[in-house]
Amino acid sequence: MIRLELPKALCAYADDKSTLELDGPYGTVGEALVALRGKAPGALDRIMDEQGIVRRHVNVFVNGENIRFLDGLSTPAGDGATILVIAAVSGG
Amino acid sequence: MKKQTGGKLARKTRPRPAKKARGSSAKRVATRSARRQEEALLLVGTMKGAFVLRSDKSRKKWKVEGPHFRGEAVYALLHDTRAGRSRIYAATNSMHWGPTLRTSDDNGATWSEPGPQTVRFPEDSGRALAQIWQIAPGRKTEPDVLYCGVEPAALFESRDGGASWAPNKGLLNHEHQPKWQPGGGGLCLHTIVLDPDNPRRMLVAMSTGGVYRSDDGGKSWRARNAGVRAQFMPEEHRYPEFGQCVHKVVHHPSRPGRLFLQNHWGLYRSDDWGDSWHDIANGVPSDFGFAMQMHPHDPDTVYIVPIEADMFRATPEAKLRVYRTRNAGESWQPLTRGLPQHGAYENVLRDALAADSFDSAGIYFGTRSGKLYSSRDEGATWSEIADALPPIVCVKTGMVGAA
Repeated sequence: MIRLELPKALCAYADDKSTLELDGPYGTVGEALVALRGKAPGALDRIMDEQGIVRRHVNVFVNGENIRFLDGLSTPAGDGATILVIAAVSGG
Repeated sequence: MKKQTGGKLARKTRPRPAKKARGSSAKRVATRSARRQEEALLLVGTMKGAFVLRSDKSRKKWKVEGPHFRGEAVYALLHDTRAGRSRIYAATNSMHWGPTLRTSDDNGATWSEPGPQTVRFPEDSGRALAQIWQIAPGRKTEPDVLYCGVEPAALFESRDGGASWAPNKGLLNHEHQPKWQPGGGGLCLHTIVLDPDNPRRMLVAMSTGGVYRSDDGGKSWRARNAGVRAQFMPEEHRYPEFGQCVHKVVHHPSRPGRLFLQNHWGLYRSDDWGDSWHDIANGVPSDFGFAMQMHPHDPDTVYIVPIEADMFRATPEAKLRVYRTRNAGESWQPLTRGLPQHGAYENVLRDALAADSFDSAGIYFGTRSGKLYSSRDEGATWSEIADALPPIVCVKTGMVGAA
């Protein structure tokens, strides 16, 4: 099982939940996030675009490490991992 | 689930096709509508959210509500009154979370529930939605049809009132598509013009790419740019088949084949549905500009806001002037009463000039500096509605309670 923590802005896309539990197993962060398609498809669309690329101003951390500096969506996400989605430096 | 109102993001249901009124209920709806007071609606999209303004028929005082979608750019808005609706469509774009399409059936008091992205490119297209630049209603005879023009340049169609969308494959896979290039605002399809009489004919414009027309219901598209110059090309290639940076095209439904075009340098008219274009920059201080608006009742009257140059996107001579032609471009006159004529380095973007449909047409525009102006006498005099909104990118009108 993987624990996914969403920012406040995305809770509305996930029945007002800030934490989702994703049943695994998943090999990578990307596989775990794509599993959102079944639970909260709107949230997935806000994290990734149609091409499966994490949006430019979105950061994804696994167990406290930014996946941009690891293997991106191919970063391993083992059982018990925590994935945190957070707004990057930007704004409007 | 919390329901929020006013400027805060609120939730409601997903967009639905309009219900068809029948029998006695149809009569009740008609009677109720006739009794309601008509109200003018002004929809203002900014870089930091959308504002909904309402006024009575006099349009002297406006009640301003918003910003809705705080912090998100709203480049496209539409008030759709077909088939008994009064629905606002808003294209929002978060710097973090990307673009979405939202709706309101109560004039902005509440908005549709956040959900899956409905305007989306097919995975095998290799493209991803960057922004929705235009939302246009289908013909009156097709009240559940809507179109979206998007970035990267593509056209989407909904046949169920906006619940689901599909890309137009004729444009998506057009042989010219790999050569379309982004302008300063991105590679956007920003203009959608329908032939009200011929359901098989429609026209779109994009920056850059130019004008394309379909005569077979959107199956195939031909570039229609003959006579439109591409100032940014070498001298010998200034009039290409496609690749022009067209900023806006308008027409009047009573004379649909006559089109007016504001180009990235160039002001044109076509009398043959875009087969050929002719220069009509007669007496304007610059033929560069973005915004262009048709008069709602007079097919010979068009409004523009000339801009000095691409390299200096500000009103010429620091005077904020709307120009109007009443003879289809044979001549243009400045409209200045009530507008600043000193120190006004303003810019009005392609969708930030609008007209309402009252008998004495109201004309509205918003500037990149956040000023919103209106005229209740077809441009003769102007007054300021707001002076410090976020940068305005879109102004649209509507009428609530019209019988």
